[in-house]
Amino acid sequence: MKIAVRGGRVVDPANQLETVTDLFIDSGKIKGLGQAPKAFQAELDLDARGKLVLPGLVDLCAHLREPGQEHKATIASETLAAAAGGVTSLCCPPDTHPVADLPSILELIQRRARQAARTRVLVCGALTRKLAHRELSDMDALRREGCVAVGNARTPLPDSGLLRRAMEYATTCGLPLHLYAEEGSLSGDGMVNEGPVSTRWGLPSFPEVAETVAVARVLLLAAQSGARVHLCRLSTAASLHMVAEARARNLPISADVGVNYLHLCDTDLGLFDSSRHLRPPLRPESDREALREALRQGLLSVCSDHQPHEPEAKQAPFQATEAGSSSLELFLPLMLRLVREGHLELSQAVSAVTHHPAAVMGLPRGTLGVGAAADLCLVDPEAEWTVSPEELLSAGKMTSCDGWRLHGRVTHTLLDGRLVFERARQET
Amino acid sequence: MNKGVPQLDAEGQLRHLLCIDGLSRELLLRILDYAETFRGVDRRPVKKSPLLRGKTVVNLFFEPSTRTRITFELAAKRLAADVLNLDVGQSATRKGESLANTLRTLEAMHCDMFVIRHPHSGAAHFLASRAVPHVSVINAGDNCHAHPTQALLDMFTIRRHRPDFGALCVALIGDVLHSRVARSEIRALQLLGAGEIRIIGPRTLIPADLKRDWGVRVMHDLREGLRDCDVAICLRLQRERMQGHYLPSLGEYYHRYGLTERSLAWAKEDSLVMHPGPVNLGIEMDAAVAEGPRSLILEQVSNGIAVRMAVMALTLGRAASQRRK
Repeated sequence: MKIAVRGGRVVDPANQLETVTDLFIDSGKIKGLGQAPKAFQAELDLDARGKLVLPGLVDLCAHLREPGQEHKATIASETLAAAAGGVTSLCCPPDTHPVADLPSILELIQRRARQAARTRVLVCGALTRKLAHRELSDMDALRREGCVAVGNARTPLPDSGLLRRAMEYATTCGLPLHLYAEEGSLSGDGMVNEGPVSTRWGLPSFPEVAETVAVARVLLLAAQSGARVHLCRLSTAASLHMVAEARARNLPISADVGVNYLHLCDTDLGLFDSSRHLRPPLRPESDREALREALRQGLLSVCSDHQPHEPEAKQAPFQATEAGSSSLELFLPLMLRLVREGHLELSQAVSAVTHHPAAVMGLPRGTLGVGAAADLCLVDPEAEWTVSPEELLSAGKMTSCDGWRLHGRVTHTLLDGRLVFERARQET
Repeated sequence: MNKGVPQLDAEGQLRHLLCIDGLSRELLLRILDYAETFRGVDRRPVKKSPLLRGKTVVNLFFEPSTRTRITFELAAKRLAADVLNLDVGQSATRKGESLANTLRTLEAMHCDMFVIRHPHSGAAHFLASRAVPHVSVINAGDNCHAHPTQALLDMFTIRRHRPDFGALCVALIGDVLHSRVARSEIRALQLLGAGEIRIIGPRTLIPADLKRDWGVRVMHDLREGLRDCDVAICLRLQRERMQGHYLPSLGEYYHRYGLTERSLAWAKEDSLVMHPGPVNLGIEMDAAVAEGPRSLILEQVSNGIAVRMAVMALTLGRAASQRRK
């Protein structure tokens, strides 16, 4: 299908491009910028005047809950939410039920995602069988089924011996590792940052060292094994410092942060506000500032860290609630908010959710150059809306930003040159 | 969502009692003064005051407790309320939903007050955030977070013996990290302007930044900590603390932090000894101290009834006066 996107501000940081121009799409690819290809007859004209035209977002972590937790969400519901959020590629972690440690589970997830046909779903396979951290998973079989990485989802890391072998074996298979850094013997049943908040509310504490000890160990073992490691959901300044140091030594290390952590800090827990119960926990303001600074320096990708929950999972005493927030549809507006508040340049914000994460996954996406896949979204940057359960297409209605006024709404999302989402006009 | 609720109503009256945080010094003193009026009730031939006649109070205990539950029950009965005791096993609390459901069910029976003890911090706040307007919630202990009536009754007890808080040095000894009593106690002492608050215990059992965040003095040596001390409040030590490597043994704890006649000699001569109970004899203190002349432990228990009567009468009395308006 031939599509012309006319008059939008095309932002493509990978090609240092930010300009008002027309964009022409044919056969799933971007065929022209500014100048239409010869004899181009648009079958669909999209008026993008006043809008941003961005590469489709690449999300390093979105929980889809299927298979196994369909009471929370399904692949169909969450891929629609992704498309509505401008996300054209996402990676789902292996903590499904059953765990994504077998090719058959990967096949099922990918088949359902293809049926839904809203966004590209990539799978991070399980590092170990059942994520029990006793035996390695059949990583090569997972690779053949198309997994882009192996990881531990949101479980504490295995012991050092197993972690070392996992790195060596994954590298043998040519797979990167997506590692969430938590030292279980230090985090225990911790739920909030260890400090004034845990002391005041008497909630089990999750100290900074539970992350930094794990990050340090991962980096040491990665240096030893030469493994390509992506550190997931970093939350502390000290971790960023270690990652920066490792990258300065040219180790193949990357890292991300969940978008909520760029806006909230531990004091936002208010009076036991379970909507802000996240794992790792929200940290002090100084850490949030360090995360923003790392973003400005291009050290981090940002992911939605989308975790849809049924209301009951959040409507309970704080200690009995589940961690996580529904974030796919807030992902881009929350990035734009950082730009509006002056923390980031638009190009930095877009890079962190497009070509940076695409590079982490080795995905040739996240740019709008001529010849690139036509994954893109149109965004009305001035559209103002209030976060509320009714506004969300995700089955998970529980967000940590309930009631926030946000600017920016995706109006159209194209995946491989196909319109996969269009917002009804009254909604924008 | 669970955003919690303030415990005061629009007029600044006590609607719920969830924690000491958020109470004013005036309100705290009002509760203590009001409690004085109930102190004699149990010595009268008819031990009742009809303030809560026709009201239904539900004791919702998701954790085993003897003295707290019984003193709440006695307090409610002496105010002529009907009392329902629900001892809910811990298994029922695993899903928070059941707490919300329990609340809805009991509200449908038109109960007026919930006294809740729960193994999750924030449970009382959660219940209060979902309660219908005329229902009051009293926190009888939510995990490590708060135990406000214990703090109130301890302030009440201290005040009867040492009315000038500004001149007092109070030491809290033991497991502050896991203690809801200590958290509430420190806040209450600060509200009353206690001269000095000391926390004494091993580093493993004291939150790391307590000194910076709460402005109390943290000490690890009992002898130094008890010096010139007026009131020593021992905290209960859970016997399972060895499992998290908080302590090597109970014997070692007793040796370092147990109150004995000998260690008490380091404090002021007329110092007072308190404990929220039940006491682990030979761990937090020995029997000679617990039953000795300085011990206020039994007085704490009986004062607990008067203080809980005052809290119940204030919260439910407020509701009654509002409905009349």
